[in-house]
Amino acid sequence: MKALVAIKRVVDYNIQVRVKADGSNVDIDGVKMGVNPFDENAIEEAIRLKEKGIVTEIVAVTIGAAVNQDILRHALAMGADRATLVETTDSLQPLAVAKVLKAVVEREQPSLILLGKQAIDDDAGQTGQMLAALLKLPQATYASQITIADNQATVVREIDGGTQTLSVTLPALITADLRLNDPRYVKLPNLMMARKKPIETIALDSLTLALTNSVQQLKVAAPPERPAGIMVKDVNELLSKLRTHEGIIA
Amino acid sequence: MRTLIIAEHDGQHLNEQVARAVTAAQQWQQPVDVLIAAAQPDGLAAQAAALQGVSSVLVASDAALQHPTAEHLTDIIVPLAANYTVVLAAHSAFSKNVLPRVAALLDVNMLSDVLEIVNTNTYVRGIYAGNVLATVQSSDAIQVLTVRGSKFAAAAAGATAEVKSINTPAAPQGSRWVSEAFNKSERPALTAAKVVVSGGRALGSADAFAQVIAPLADKLHAAIGASRAAVDAGYAPNDLQVGQTGVVVAPELYIAVGISGAIQHAYGMKDSKVVVAINQDPEAQIFKIADYGLVADLFEVVPQLTAAL
Repeated sequence: MKALVAIKRVVDYNIQVRVKADGSNVDIDGVKMGVNPFDENAIEEAIRLKEKGIVTEIVAVTIGAAVNQDILRHALAMGADRATLVETTDSLQPLAVAKVLKAVVEREQPSLILLGKQAIDDDAGQTGQMLAALLKLPQATYASQITIADNQATVVREIDGGTQTLSVTLPALITADLRLNDPRYVKLPNLMMARKKPIETIALDSLTLALTNSVQQLKVAAPPERPAGIMVKDVNELLSKLRTHEGIIA
Repeated sequence: MRTLIIAEHDGQHLNEQVARAVTAAQQWQQPVDVLIAAAQPDGLAAQAAALQGVSSVLVASDAALQHPTAEHLTDIIVPLAANYTVVLAAHSAFSKNVLPRVAALLDVNMLSDVLEIVNTNTYVRGIYAGNVLATVQSSDAIQVLTVRGSKFAAAAAGATAEVKSINTPAAPQGSRWVSEAFNKSERPALTAAKVVVSGGRALGSADAFAQVIAPLADKLHAAIGASRAAVDAGYAPNDLQVGQTGVVVAPELYIAVGISGAIQHAYGMKDSKVVVAINQDPEAQIFKIADYGLVADLFEVVPQLTAAL
C-alpha cells in the first residue's frame, strides 16, 4: 500500500524565536530550519511500515517555497521513495493546507496518510483532523503505536490520563505523537542516494483551489517576563519563603 | 445568535474544564448552550444545567456515545452549528481531536488554545511553544475555538437551565473504539491541582522518581508531573508530561525537581503562580523562570523538604 506523509519546514526546536521590534511578526531571518519534529516521527513510522512489508511506497509532501526541498531531501534520505513540493510563497493556514493536501491525496490515492500531531511554530494541531474531515476519512490522532492488518489500523492514542485504542478502516489518516518512535539519523550515503530520488514540483496555482486565510495576525508580542526569582540556600529558607505566600503552604 | 460549548466528560462526571469554558463563553454576551453527547446523558445534563451562565443543555444520546469517536461527534455538532456563531470547548486531548474536524466541515479556520478573548472575533494565543503571544482576528462566520481552561475561572453551580434532546445521527462506520487504559491515581488531576510536583531526568530511575517525588506530592496534596526526559526514560507515565506536547498547568505552586527547563517544558508550566526549582546545575534554564531556586542534590533536599512539611 502507498503511504503519504505530509511534512512542514519550521524553525529548529532548540531555537527561542524573537519578536520583531515593531511587533509585526516573529524574526526568523537566518534562523536554522528543519523538519517539524512530529512530522519526523510520521516519516519514521512510514519507513518502519515499509520495512515490515506493509507499505510499498512512501510519498513525502510539503507546501511552501522552493527552499522546502531541503526537508523533502531529508525525508528521502530517511527512506521516503519520492517527494512532492506544492510550491507557493504564500503562508497558508491549517484549513488551506488541508485543502491543498486533499488535492494531493486525490492524485496519489494513498491507503495511509500520516502527519505530525502539530507544528511547533503555529502550535495549531489542526491540519490532520481537517484533512481527514475534508476527505471523509476516519482519523486517529496522537498515535503512540500503530499496527496494520486486514485493512485496519489499530492505533494506540495518547489521551489525557492514559491511552485509548482505536481501530480505523483504511484508507485512514493518522497523526504522530512524539512517543510513536525515535526517528533515525540520516547517514551520508543515504543523503547521496536521496539526491537521485525524484522531487516533483507542483505550482499551487495549477491546483486551482479557492483558498482564503480567514485569520489575520494583528500583532505579536513577547510574553510578560516573570520577575527575577531569588536563590535560597537551603530547605528551611525555601519553606519560610513559601510560607510567606499565604495559602500555598500551611 | 448563540454560543455552543462541547462538553467533555467521562460518562458520569462533567470534566471540570467545562465550567471554565462556560466562563469564557460569557464574553460573547449571547445565550450559551452546552452539548452533552453520551450513552447515559441524564446525570451529565443535570450537571451542565446547574452551571451559571448556561441557557440550555442539548442532549445527544446513543449507545455508541459510551465511547464516542471524533467522526460521530462531528456528525452531531456540524448540523447544530448553523444555529451558532461560536463553537467552543476547553483545550484538551478530547476537544483538539474533534473541533478541527468540525471547523473543516464548516469551512472555517479554528483558533487553538486561546489564552485571552479580546473581543468577539479577536484572540490572544501562544505560538512557538508559548514564546510569542499572537493577537489574531478571525473573519469566519462561525468562530470555532478551544480555550486554555486555566485562564478562565470556573462557572459556579446553582442554576437550572432547560434540557432538550436533539436528534442523534448513527455512529459512522470506519472508526471503532477498542479500549482505554487510564493511569489510576488518588491524586488530584494534573490540570486542576493547586500544587504540582514535577520530576525530570535527574531522578535517574522510576524507583527514585516514585521514592523522591511521591512522598513530597503526598504531603502537599499535589499532582505529579514529569518532564519529557523523565517520561521517555520510563520514570513516569506519558500522561504526566507537562509541556508543549503534554499538558499545560498553571497551579498556585509548581515544584520542578531535577528538570533543566527546556523551552518545551517551560511552555507547560510558566504561568504557574509560584515556581520552585531544585537542581544541581546552577546554569539550568529552569532557574530563569523560578521564583525560588535551590541549587542542591535533589536526593538530599527533597526528602528534607518532605520531612519538614
